[in-house]
Amino acid sequence: MASVDSDIPTTERGLPQALKILVAGGFGAGKTTLVGSVSEITPLSTEEIMTEASLGVDDLKGVEAKTTTTVALDFGRITINPELVLYLFGTPGQQRFWFMWDELATGTLGVVVLADTRRLDTCFSAVDFFERRGIPFVVAVNRFEGAADYTRDEVREALDVGSDVPIVPADARQRDSGKEVLLTLVEHVIRRRSPISTG
Amino acid sequence: MSSGGYRESPDGDPKKPVFYSDVGAGPLVRPYAMTGGRTRAMATTLDMISVVVASRREVDWAAVQPESASILKLCRRPISVAELAAHMDIPMTVVKVLLSDLVGKGFVLARAPLPAAENPQLNVLQAVLDGIRRL
Ligand SMILES: Nc1nc2c(ncn2[C@@H]2O[C@H](COP(=O)(O)OP(=O)(O)O)[C@@H](O)[C@H]2O)c(=O)[nH]1
Ligand SMILES: [Mg+2]
Repeated sequence: MASVDSDIPTTERGLPQALKILVAGGFGAGKTTLVGSVSEITPLSTEEIMTEASLGVDDLKGVEAKTTTTVALDFGRITINPELVLYLFGTPGQQRFWFMWDELATGTLGVVVLADTRRLDTCFSAVDFFERRGIPFVVAVNRFEGAADYTRDEVREALDVGSDVPIVPADARQRDSGKEVLLTLVEHVIRRRSPISTG
Repeated sequence: MSSGGYRESPDGDPKKPVFYSDVGAGPLVRPYAMTGGRTRAMATTLDMISVVVASRREVDWAAVQPESASILKLCRRPISVAELAAHMDIPMTVVKVLLSDLVGKGFVLARAPLPAAENPQLNVLQAVLDGIRRL
């Protein structure tokens, strides 16, 4: 980032601010690959320890009834300018991590939902989640060799998303393709925010 | 930071996960031992993409615990909470607690993320587009 060693900010206003975009989708859909292909750093991995209420609380009669789950997150970084840094987080797609999604989704600029053409259904829960919360998302259709070749309309119908949600073909391994997906998302966010687009 | 004690007593509060007082247990518990069982309120105001930086060059290293010293060394340049956690290989939850302590002591400055969801700022979005195009 922008700072040099001799240049310590005296207030937090001197620090860059961060934004985040999430990459969601089923296991093996290419989330980590996409993050890596556009990130300026090798994707990093970190863990968050989440506490969740476990089942059978009643049986335990006041005995500690929380369990902890460790959720691994992959992320990459794109420095936009000296004041702005964009982070991309690959989010665990399984339904049992919804409690994690809530925290991740807070304050997010938007979401790339990676649809895996071998198993389109693995992104249903992600689409559902972000649609319900009114968080802007695009669907990137990641083609795998030998998988069915769906048209945009077929994907739209299968996922049951509105006509305003962009659906873009993607190859998560290619930087240019990843860039295109991100640009489509940010343009979608801009369109949703400008009043002229609602009509 | 109002909490006086460095290490909260294992007071048997049923809302607290038991491992907070179980410092000697297995590997999952270790990171919590680093924080002395603290879950300060401030830690929750730090986001995983809050950007932090060490606010001074001179540090009395004897006065900070080793994990906090590692944080201070890693944040000589601005860095996010998530990156710190990844480089230190400890969970973000733990990094946030250690960081909040350092922020409270004035050793670290923290900048909250841009409130992207509520605040439509077209100039910011335009900058993001330009930044991605430049990749
Ligand atoms: N053919 C093809 N393979 C891909 C593509 N994206 C990812 N893969 C491969 O699919 C596997 C799983 O990808 P990964 O990014 O780890 O999935 P994740 O679980 O969603 O993070 C890896 O071996 C990738 O190389 C793609 O666009 N096309
Ligand atoms: Mg992955």
